[in-house]
Amino acid sequence: MKNKLLTSTYVAWIFIFIVLPLALIVFYAFTVNDGNIVRFTMGNFIKFFTEGVYLKSLFRSIYLALVSTIICLLIGYPMAMILAGLTPKIQSFCVTLFVLPMWMNFLMRTYAWLTILENNGLINTLLVKLGFGKLELLYNQGAVVLGMVYNFLPFMVFPIYSSLTKTDHSIIEAAQDLGANKLRVFWSVTFPLSLPGIASGVSMVFMPAVTTFVISRLMGGGHTSLIGDIIEQQFLYANDWNFASAISVIVMIILLASMAIVPKGKSEEPEGGGLW
Amino acid sequence: MVKKLIKNIYSTLVYLFLYAPILIMVVYSFNGSKFRNKWGGFSLKWYKELFNNHEIIRALWNTLIIAAVSAIISTIIGIAASWLLYRMKNRKFKSVILNTSYLPMLNPDIVTGVSMMILFVFIALPRGFATLLLAHITFSVPYIVQSLLPKFNQLNKNTYEAALDLGATPWEAFYKVILPELIPGIATGMLLAFTLSIDDFVISFFTTGPGVSNLSIMIYSMTRKGINPSINALSTIMFLSVLFLLITVNTRLKDKNPKN
Repeated sequence: MKNKLLTSTYVAWIFIFIVLPLALIVFYAFTVNDGNIVRFTMGNFIKFFTEGVYLKSLFRSIYLALVSTIICLLIGYPMAMILAGLTPKIQSFCVTLFVLPMWMNFLMRTYAWLTILENNGLINTLLVKLGFGKLELLYNQGAVVLGMVYNFLPFMVFPIYSSLTKTDHSIIEAAQDLGANKLRVFWSVTFPLSLPGIASGVSMVFMPAVTTFVISRLMGGGHTSLIGDIIEQQFLYANDWNFASAISVIVMIILLASMAIVPKGKSEEPEGGGLW
Repeated sequence: MVKKLIKNIYSTLVYLFLYAPILIMVVYSFNGSKFRNKWGGFSLKWYKELFNNHEIIRALWNTLIIAAVSAIISTIIGIAASWLLYRMKNRKFKSVILNTSYLPMLNPDIVTGVSMMILFVFIALPRGFATLLLAHITFSVPYIVQSLLPKFNQLNKNTYEAALDLGATPWEAFYKVILPELIPGIATGMLLAFTLSIDDFVISFFTTGPGVSNLSIMIYSMTRKGINPSINALSTIMFLSVLFLLITVNTRLKDKNPKN
């Protein structure tokens, strides 16, 4: 009896706080409010797909997020391998050192990059002192990518690291015994076994990167408006909740679809995350 | 040898990349000048100003209280939810509930944020401290469930039944037999919820109301006109506290089981 009461309470909770908000967004996306009448429309979606600005910023977001994800993977994979190969004592210390920056407010960390990169910033001051010219390091797409890589790199490293440490070492030894050289062991054993880690790392970097509006605002200086910026502006400044909801729905569908495409591999713990 | 050298150089560069901005914040918290790119000599004035700045202190309090309260409440909800999911016999219903529970974790923050904002408008709940707290609880619960459910599945099912057979009430059996086994999972989940809450900006940004801000929201509004250097001082203090906490926890864990 008690279990039933608890179940219905929990079901009510997820209905109100998870299902209802999403249902409301979908409702807003398909309606328009003229004066006092709310009526069904596809107009919000048509507006998104016909006015070039919005599609352009969606493609820009996806492009920048992809570039950042690839860079994170290229930097993060070797790093995860190095971490996984350390002796246990140093390993826990180095992993902790990797988590530590995440405890700092991410806005502050991103903002600190401005001090390094800006026109009179540390790098340019150094360049001028060395007799070179100044570089435009901020307020462009490169800076946005840097901000994304900086903020999301740990999300790539941890899942890969945890799948690497879970790899049964005897499989690697067996491959070596059977005469595989190091490269062969990596490509035929280590790498395939780390694919689930890569998959979850890729989605954990790609998703927040596509939808960010803070990084583009700070590092891109408003010149590089991403889809997240558009959603924020439409909700808070343009006050067009219907259109903003439609964009949110589109983004949500794209992301959920791309999650489905990423090969998951066979995860041993279907209900538990690999990260924590 | 060469390989080891390359590894060391590589990891040093990665760590340098991770810590460069933090180093900048720490150094500039002692900067006598108000300007980001000018060094005005060593000074503690931003630390002094920090403690006199009511706006920052209030935002700090909001952040900490919301993080603590949302971590506790979402842990309680998360324990109940995992328990229900663990006991659920109907597989279809279970998978529907489980997947719905995980939605806030799978959805991008901005979607969770705006959808909750619409919800609060819809149910006519004025946005402010309460809505901020509710939003934080909502996005924390899935992480608790995710860290607890595997622990539930590892439990020995017989112990609970045995406790019932020996005359314990279901609540007693849960409290005395199941719960102690779950403490590590609960601790992990709660810590995770606390950290996520402290670090959150996007969801807070959409669900808060006028006059109520946490640190992230305040810092974001400051970025337009330039950040008050006292924030550097605050970040430095927070960084050192976390560092101190981690070191104590680590050494304590090592004392407990010296083999690890």
